[in-house]
Order: sequence, then structure tokens, then C-alpha cells
Amino acid sequence: MSHAQMTRPTAPGDISSVSPSLPTPEQQFATAAVHAGEARQKPGDAITDPIFCASTYTFADTQSVIDFIEQEQPREEYGRYGNPGERVVERKLAALEGAEEAVLYSSGMAALVGLLMAKLSAGDEVIFFDECYHRSREFCTKHLGRFGVTTRQVKTCDYAAMEAAITPKTRMLISESPTNPHLSVVDLERFAEIGRKRGVDTLIDATLATPYNLRPIAAGVDFVLHSATKYLGGHNDLLAGVVLGSKEKMEPVRNLRGIMGAVNGPQNCYLLGRGLKTFELRMQRHNENGMMVAEFLAGHPRIERVYYPGLPTHPYYEIARKTMRGFGGLVTFLVKDADWRATADVIDAVKIPRIAPSLGGVESLIEQPLVMSYYQQTPEARKQFGIYDNMIRMSCGIESADDLIADLSQALDGAA
Amino acid sequence: MQFRTRAIHVGNEPCPQTGAVVPPIHLATTFVQPGAGEWGEFDYSRSGNPTRKSFETTLASLEGGVGALAFATGMAATHCVIASLKSGDHVVACSDIYGGTYRLLHKIANRAGITVTLVDTADLAKVAAAFTPATKLLWIESPGNPRMSITDIEACANLAHGRGALLGVDSTFATPVLTRPLELGADIVMHSATKYIGGHSDAMGGALVVRDPALLKELYFVQNATGAVMGPLESFLCSRGLKTLELRVREQCRTAQQLAEWLASHPRVAQVLYPGLTGHAGHELARRQMGGQFGAMISFEIRGDLAAGKRFAESTKLFSLAVSLGAVESLIEQPASMSHASYDAADRAKHGIADGLIRISVGLEAFEDLRDDLESAFGAI
Ligand SMILES: Cc1ncc(COP(=O)(O)O)c(C=O)c1O
Ligand SMILES: Cc1ncc(COP(=O)(O)O)c(C=O)c1O
Repeated sequence: MSHAQMTRPTAPGDISSVSPSLPTPEQQFATAAVHAGEARQKPGDAITDPIFCASTYTFADTQSVIDFIEQEQPREEYGRYGNPGERVVERKLAALEGAEEAVLYSSGMAALVGLLMAKLSAGDEVIFFDECYHRSREFCTKHLGRFGVTTRQVKTCDYAAMEAAITPKTRMLISESPTNPHLSVVDLERFAEIGRKRGVDTLIDATLATPYNLRPIAAGVDFVLHSATKYLGGHNDLLAGVVLGSKEKMEPVRNLRGIMGAVNGPQNCYLLGRGLKTFELRMQRHNENGMMVAEFLAGHPRIERVYYPGLPTHPYYEIARKTMRGFGGLVTFLVKDADWRATADVIDAVKIPRIAPSLGGVESLIEQPLVMSYYQQTPEARKQFGIYDNMIRMSCGIESADDLIADLSQALDGAA
Repeated sequence: MQFRTRAIHVGNEPCPQTGAVVPPIHLATTFVQPGAGEWGEFDYSRSGNPTRKSFETTLASLEGGVGALAFATGMAATHCVIASLKSGDHVVACSDIYGGTYRLLHKIANRAGITVTLVDTADLAKVAAAFTPATKLLWIESPGNPRMSITDIEACANLAHGRGALLGVDSTFATPVLTRPLELGADIVMHSATKYIGGHSDAMGGALVVRDPALLKELYFVQNATGAVMGPLESFLCSRGLKTLELRVREQCRTAQQLAEWLASHPRVAQVLYPGLTGHAGHELARRQMGGQFGAMISFEIRGDLAAGKRFAESTKLFSLAVSLGAVESLIEQPASMSHASYDAADRAKHGIADGLIRISVGLEAFEDLRDDLESAFGAI
């Protein structure tokens, strides 16, 4: 395996472009998760990369400073512009995503804000599919406007509506896939094609899918964003975000990050890189657990509806099956004939998943969107966003699926 | 709750003050007490630390013990057991043993008047014959290092208990995913947490787990008195490692089995020492004792001399040339020139450490990539 092959894993399922003598993409992915982005021989000959806590980097003499500036030498300068451990993680993430460039941030929101601030100016417009993380919506609708940027929301997966909303001022089309919490799955090629045809950049927040399950760049999307707080970090013990794209398109993004300063600390970068080593194994287990829990819920008499792209009853099952390697650990469901309190009783009765926002970690989490994220919204607004009183969102961790199912089972039966 | 669920939840209760889903890392060396002469749960970090306790609680659950003690290194853990012995006591230990343990027994324990007999513990008759009235401890490794010998833990426990001795098992290679010695009758399980438990080559650590509260108390007394405790940051990293332990070990075993089978049919390999191969002397026993998987350490002898083995070990691109084992990245070493270089040629031959012997620790990389890497190294010799 050459380094080039290792750092450019092919899109999942896209076996056709790989010669038979090469390892399958999935297997390359496992190796890349451990090694990609890292120097073979590391500082101090250590097997793992050191954590550089330095805020600044020294120059031997004045001439070295001048050479650094004039020749644009690739070396460290000051912690806000990057640090060696962060570069390792950025290269690893780029390799796993099949992207040229990754820029890391201190959170997923910082990544979104960093990208949009770098790409938009007063007078510009952005259009996004309306199912999304509520803070992403809040930033776009409440804050971008203050800088003279107009935001339009269209119904998720209504491609005609999205295209119709494009004006000469439109600069960015945005969607999540799968969306949070409804797990709608976007036809990425169609989405990317609209942008390409109209000369507008496209962005997919693929936090819920991860590069293990989905490859938006291979489908022609310009930017991919992840809240690395979720599956990429994977242990519910760090916050981070990342934007990926081509070198050319990412250059202004990286430059603005150096000015805005939402960088990830060196220790955090290390933990993120450490988490990525087991990324494939964790994702396989999240996918398995998500599927098993979704199937269990779908067959339970107290459940009205399950939102999970791996279930044939899901409206986007066909596109999910074609484009995703697995469907992740997030499962959203509605409890039959339950008001908000009866729904809360189910949540309060589970013993293994913890009640908390966030998702994608090794420990399972559970929440009621009505209470956790939409408590202060009006009933009309909730209805508009498809947030029902009897909705539960569960992030399946990597515990035993049997334990998770037994726990849900007792909670549903007991709270009836 | 199943193993995998306990690995994530037991010992990791959310912080009661803040709700933090991952318990905080307590770097504090000392803890404020409720009153003079009144003691809280923690007083001084050598005696106890919440982050260390968290790791110990999870590990004790995974091993099925009443409690665990976490140490700065694996050697510190083993030393704690040895330090609980007295002058005049006798230890029977396996001959296929980690070099550091060999050194501890022969060059440190002897200073306290403790005597040692090494035997091939795969042969129970030899083990029984090595016992004396002064024998207080039988110490085994399974799989052994570097020849991957398999020792019958249950039989050794019966033997030791019949003679009034304790059985200690260095279970570093097996991990609680594959073998739980306490359930088989052992009194003490020891781990170099540096290996699979931490799992990412980035923390030194050791641990003891026991099933008898009185023994726990005794070993805790020695640990607290001698002080080689695990630090809070390492405890955090080891706890984090335990959460993916089962996934990692099972995957590493699967890849190791494939590699061992491939190596066994390779024309340039004289012999493969891996308990997962039917030809291995301990195969049947390992199948029972390791739950159907056989670990991720493989030793094999290539056809060639010391120099050929050296060239082979230096030629891999994915396997890093380094001692240690058990982590996400694969490692390779040549026992004759590295881990067992202090033996002279005759001694190496006696212990079955051939010049062409290579030991690999299989990581999480893809089987095909690792196989291709070894194949290209064969081309370099
Ligand atoms: C889909 C999605 N995007 C973005 C974010 C924001 O990420 P962070 O919390 O790391 O800022 C979240 C987190 O909740 C999310 O679920
Ligand atoms: C089987 C075994 N036991 C004990 C040890 C010692 O552990 P540590 O290096 O953590 O002191 C090792 C380490 O190499 C080992 O392989």
C-alpha cells in the first residue's frame, strides 16, 4: 500500500474504481484511521505524536523570520495559526473524508460560523433545507442577517424549491444529511448538481453520517462539515469541529480561522486523534446498534413511528441504502398516544442511556427534543420544525445492543 | 449487564455535582477533610484518587473481582505482589515469562530472601514438582512471552490452593475480553495496562485485580506504603481505553488469526507460534480458556540467521520496530536482538528463542495491508 493510496480512500461501496489487487476501501479505511496524517518517524522517535502545548514557536535568528515570510516556509509560527498535533489530525480527517484539506475548530458551531464568515459578504444569500440542528438555524436566521446576509429556508429534500430560491446573490446551499433529528437523507448528487449548475457552493453537515458512512465530496459537494464532538471524537469528552474541501476553496477559511481564533487546543487535538484510531470499529458498532434498536422499536406496540434511514419504512430508505455504508447510531421515535409527560416517563425510566444533549459517543444518550432543544419555542414553531411532544431521540452508543434493547423494553412496558 | 456495557458504564457514573457524562480528571494531590480526625472518602492521592478509583472500579467489574489497584506500570503491580511476600517464601513461576518479571524475581526479590523456581507451566507435573513447603505464590503468564505457551489456569489454581499458595496470573496478553482468571480460580490477576487496556501506546500503567477482600486490603496496604500508584491522567486514558477494549481486542484477534494462518503457509517461515493454529501445543486448552479467540501476539521463525531476522524486522513500513505491544498500531521486534538480547546464544537456544524469531503485535490496521507489509519485508531479506 503506497502512502497515496492510504491517504485517499475511495468512496464506500465504490469498488469499481479500485483494482482487484488492492485492498478493499473498507480495509484501507481501518489502516488510514490508525496511520494516515502521521509521520512514520515522529519527534523523539515516539510511537505516538507528542502534545505541543507551546503557544509560540521560536526562530533561530532574524534571517529565519525573514526567510519564513518571504519563502512562505511551511513551519509553525504562533498557536492560533496551527500546531503540529492539530495538523496531524487535520491530515487524518482529510484522508478519511477523501478531501484535500481539513480545517479544525474548537466546536462544530465554530466550524460553521468560521466557514460562513469566510465565504459570505453583505448582500449575499444562503439557502438551507429546514431540518437542521437548531443552533445552525439560529445562527443563519438571527445572526447572518446582522451582517447583511439573507437566509432562505426551503423544505428538506425539495430540490425544485431550492433551485427556485436561487438568485444571482446566492452564495451557498446548505443541508445536513442525515438531518437532525428526523434523519432525512439528501440525494447528494442532485444537491451538488444544483450548486454546480448555478455556480453556487454547496455544504453538507455530515455530522450524523461521518466519513465512514457517507462521502459528500465524492458526490460533488464542495464543503463537508462535522461536529467532531460527536462520532469523530467519539467518547463524549471533547468539543471540536471540522470543515473539509478543496485546497483552493479552503484557503480563505483557514486564513480567517487564524484571525477569528476558534482553534482547538493541543490536548483536545490529541484526544481527537486518539479517538480516530478506533473510529471504524466504533462506527461499525454504532451502525449495528442503531439498526437493532430501530428494528426493535419499529416492532414495539407502544411505538407510533421510527425515524431511521435503515428501515424500509423510512421515506429516504432507498437513497440511504444507495449512498450510505451504514445508518449511524441516532434513532428518533414517537411514542404512541403519549403526551409530553408520558413520553418523558419513558425517558426517565431508562437506566443505561443518560439524559443529555449531544450524540455519537461510546455511551448512549437519550433526550426529548421538545424539552431539550425546543422548550422555549411556541407550539406553532415546533410544529413547523416537526418536533412533536411524543418524540424521543436516542443516540446509541457502543454498549451491547441486547442491554440497550432490554432497557428500552422495560422502560416502554413499565411506563405504559 | 454485558461486558461491553460494563466497560462503558461501571465506574463511570456521571459527576453528581455537574452531571458531566465523563467523570472529571482529578489532579488534586490532597482533599479537604470534613473535620480534624474525620476522614472523607479521599484524603491524599497516593492513598486514593477519584479518577484512579473510577478506572479500578471498571476493571474490577470486567475481571469479575472485588476490587482493583492501579499502578504506575505493570512492573510496579507485580512488585506489589512480590513485596507482600516475606523472607524465606518461595515462588514458582513460568519459564515463558516477561523479561522484566524474570529480572524482578531473580535480581530484586532474591535480595529480600525470596527464592524462585522457573518451570514450564504448560507441564502440570513439573509445576507440582517445583512446589516446596515454603511456596507461597505460583505466578504464570498465559499466553507466555515470547513463545505463546498456554498454561491451564484452573488446574494451576487447584494445584496452588492444594499447597496453600496463591495463584497470580499476568493476563496482559489475554485481557479480560478473552480470559478471566479469577473466574477460573486464580487469586490475583495482573495487567500491564500499558498494553491492551490503555491500548493506544500513550500511557504507562499496571493493575492488580483480586477476588478476596482480605487480599485486596493486604495489597492495598503495600501499594499505599510503597507508593507506585497510577497518575490521574493515565487513569483517565486507561478508562477511555477500556471503553473500546472489547472492540479492539476482538478485531485484533481476528486479524492476527488471519496473519498467523498466512504466515504458517509461507515458504520463508519455519514455524509460527500462535495458539490459534491447530498445530500449537496449547491450541485446545486455549480454545477453552480464551473463549474462541487467541490473542493478537504472534511469534514466528523465519528461515534465516540473526542478520536476516534483523533485516526483516527493519524492513516493514506499517509495523513499527519497537518493543511493547497491545496497541492500535502494529509493532514488530526481534527477541534475539531486542527483548532477549541479554541472553547469550546458548541461553537463547535453551529458551527456544531462535535467531530468526520475530514477534509481532497486531494492531487495528487492515489484514491485507499488514500482510502486504510482511510480504515486502520477506523480499528484503
Ligand atoms: C448536526 C450537527 N451539526 C452541528 C452541531 C454543532 O456542533 P458543536 O456542538 O460541536 O458545536 C451539532 C451539535 O449538536 C449537530 O448535531
Ligand atoms: C506480559 C507482560 N507483563 C508485564 C509487563 C511489564 O509491564 P510495564 O512495562 O507496564 O511495566 C510487560 C511489558 O512489557 C509484559 O509484556
